[in-house]
Amino acid sequence: MPTDIALTPKDFKSDQEVRWCPGCGDYAILAAVQGFMPELGIARENIVFVSGIGCSSRFPYYMNTYGMHSVHGRAPAIATGLACARPDLSVWVVTGDGDALSIGGNHLIHALRRNVNLKILLFNNEIYGLTKGQYSPTSERGKITRSTPMGSLDEPFRPLSLAIGAEASFVARTIDSDRGHLTDVLRQAAAHQGTALVEIYQNCNIFNDGAFDTLKNPATRDDALLRLEHGRPYRLAPDAEEIVHDVEDPDPTAAFTLSRLRHPTPIGVLRSVRRPAYDQLMNRQTAGAVAERGPGDLAALLAGTDSWTVRG
Amino acid sequence: MSTPPTVKQLDRVVIRFAGDSGDGMQLTGDRFTAETAGFGNDLSTLPNFPAEIRAPAGTLPGVSSFQLHFADHDILTPGDAPDILVAMNPAALRANLADLPRGAEIIVNTDEFSRRALAKVGWSASPLDDGTLEAYRVHPVALTTLTAEALKDSGLTRKDAERAKNMFALGLLSWMYHRPTEGTERFLRTKFARRPELAEANVTAFRAGWNYGETTESFAVSYEVAPAERAFAPGRHRNISGNLALSLGLVAAAERASLPLFLGSYPITPASDILHELSKHKNFGVRTFQAEDEIAGIGAALGAAFGGALGVTTTSGPGVALKSETIGLAVSLELPLLVVDIQRGGPSTGLPTKTEQADLLQAMFGRNGEAPVPVLAPATPADCFTAALDAARIALTYRTPVFLLSDGYLANGSEPWRIPDVAELPDLRVEFATAPNRPDGSFWPYQRDPETLARPWAVPGTPGLEHRIGGIEKQDGTGNISYDPANHDHMVRLRQAKVDGIAVPDLEVDDPSGDARLLVLGWGSTYGPIAAAVSEVRAAGGRVATAHLRHLNPFPANLGAALRRYDRVLVPEMNLGQLALLLRARFLVDVRSHTQVSGMPFKAAQLAAVIEENAKNTEATGAH
Repeated sequence: MPTDIALTPKDFKSDQEVRWCPGCGDYAILAAVQGFMPELGIARENIVFVSGIGCSSRFPYYMNTYGMHSVHGRAPAIATGLACARPDLSVWVVTGDGDALSIGGNHLIHALRRNVNLKILLFNNEIYGLTKGQYSPTSERGKITRSTPMGSLDEPFRPLSLAIGAEASFVARTIDSDRGHLTDVLRQAAAHQGTALVEIYQNCNIFNDGAFDTLKNPATRDDALLRLEHGRPYRLAPDAEEIVHDVEDPDPTAAFTLSRLRHPTPIGVLRSVRRPAYDQLMNRQTAGAVAERGPGDLAALLAGTDSWTVRG
Repeated sequence: MSTPPTVKQLDRVVIRFAGDSGDGMQLTGDRFTAETAGFGNDLSTLPNFPAEIRAPAGTLPGVSSFQLHFADHDILTPGDAPDILVAMNPAALRANLADLPRGAEIIVNTDEFSRRALAKVGWSASPLDDGTLEAYRVHPVALTTLTAEALKDSGLTRKDAERAKNMFALGLLSWMYHRPTEGTERFLRTKFARRPELAEANVTAFRAGWNYGETTESFAVSYEVAPAERAFAPGRHRNISGNLALSLGLVAAAERASLPLFLGSYPITPASDILHELSKHKNFGVRTFQAEDEIAGIGAALGAAFGGALGVTTTSGPGVALKSETIGLAVSLELPLLVVDIQRGGPSTGLPTKTEQADLLQAMFGRNGEAPVPVLAPATPADCFTAALDAARIALTYRTPVFLLSDGYLANGSEPWRIPDVAELPDLRVEFATAPNRPDGSFWPYQRDPETLARPWAVPGTPGLEHRIGGIEKQDGTGNISYDPANHDHMVRLRQAKVDGIAVPDLEVDDPSGDARLLVLGWGSTYGPIAAAVSEVRAAGGRVATAHLRHLNPFPANLGAALRRYDRVLVPEMNLGQLALLLRARFLVDVRSHTQVSGMPFKAAQLAAVIEENAKNTEATGAH
């Protein structure tokens, strides 16, 4: 799959006008992804972006690769079929907190547990943007929105806890405005075998502006963020014991503990364990069946084992 | 020794095996069918079982039955009423008694007729003693005891030995109807290859049943039904169920298209057997994906189609309801996709194991927006093979999702099938787009073939053709997002025109007298009962024309003219008149609807009465 053609970020820009609101965090993510893609060393024709519905799901239109803007919540299912039928492709899913965790929650958890070779970018802005400002499954309890004038009642999902609970083999978090960090996480996700879930905190400047300001403001971010790096120590609290971060730990307990942490908020890769990818296993079965029984003989299949002849 | 039993020649027989869900009646019926197929009779089967895996033993809801009609001539249905009923317990007798004509034979397993078992089905006295069965020829047989007796040296516990009583019954019936036995013995030895003691026990019970018929005087008569030599075209034949034929049709379609087959499916009765069957054929490059739900099943199939596979999803009515949004996406993406709906009783969960044709309007219209989808339906179990190939042809040629509407009756029923030569199957090869299609070297994903209106199928991995598609309205040609009012109007009409323009063969009307004034028109699995009923009416001197629709969308081009040629058009359907509604709306023809929604196929005799009455009324009124 690696290509000799030297591609530039510009090669990944489609001819379509980008139509997000001015100031939307999605622009920064698009630029980071387009900037990172040449590094992959994969020809454009072998890359596919699949999305569901929502602001973030317009993403494929802006990438000069193959792409599909599909049905609300169903991108992981559609991408699963594509990745299984075409293990030669690099398949990316772009989704949002409503698309992935509300209407499409079922497909997300099953893609994660199967470990299909998909890279899922979950743009989490903790609000519904495209439908104009209702609370989302990641909005904090008590959120005042157009659909919850007296405050929302339900407990939010923590996407990374959900992912780890769903047997995800790769779980990471990053922030739209931190291009260096975002790119580094994308790099690790792309290198991962199987499903990689990357939660990207993304600012919706229209309906939920400033949701992640504490994590972005130079005055507060050093205290608010816990930057995780494999092999480096971290503390869960200033006076807590040092723990050496091990993304490959087969026991998900430490990663799960990190996924629950809010102050500080961990960013980086929480978990990255090796497990066979579903599409590889599926294609191994197909190849194994051919090796064992030979390529299918249609005439023999149609004839079956219990037939008789009628003479004319 | 007694005198040798009399052998009677029959031209056709209908047998029904009935017992508890756990009595192995489906297996017994399958084996009798296999023996009968191998013997060369024409045949048609009707399995009928409850949705519960094991309903409480001995109760009416727990009764499972298998009906088989076989003959020395061409037959079209599993038969209206059994000539002989095998009842393994009181529930099986009570549940099936009303279907028996006077004079029918009944073999009852007397061992199960305890006071308690009788009470379970509401009988205070035994029908074997109180005259209930006076109108029938009853053969009381202690099936359970005789089986246990035959297996007393087998080393099996009495309980395990008694489980072989279905094979004793099969042996007895095999003797009664002179069926070959080698196939069943071979089958049992293969089935229980890992448990040789069970294989031997079943073979012993099977032979004991045969010998019981041969040696006891309870059965004075046995029957022969000669092979149906003239019913079959020359060639190799096998017996095949609708779901098996459909599965093989899908594998054949993929082979003939040189595309990998990808099935995305969620288990649902009565479609799951297609998933089971296809999962056995991975050496054909078949990939089967058991999805987390119905929506993911079709989603994965559509994703695979985008990647260049022959994408298929299989389901039943409730699953179609869940898939509707993705079918709409496939309409908008203009990608090939097969949606196989094995219809069952509805609405909601309805009758999962029973048959119905009530998803026609759902297939036609069950989506948001103007979202036309081609619809076709197989007519018989074996025809499911051809219909699958036909559905694939349409999907691949026109780049569209296609509905294939089978049903529970076709899925589980079986009939002999002439095995086709691979070379005679249609060539379904497709050409993927490989190069830019614009003078300026760019690629338009919605530039259409002027004849079919199909768009190019450009699969990921093809350099220079990178493009984005989606469910938002797009500009014709470029495929770019477009909210332009005129473009949307154009695209809606264009998608409709593409489906309307699909090439389907003309309707063939069968009107042997040439002067019939009544046309009976059917679709799907009503083919057999309608054909059998029409032939009864004609035999009695009635004049009636008949035709059967394979294509429900688009209709054959000559359909309107065909309808208008007759004074009356009668449409029998297992719904409340869905095809009739379409015909009335489309052709302004005053179609008469005859409907039955009982979960069971039409009975030929009942249908014949309806047709005859309609024929008479038509003759009695007005001129042509």
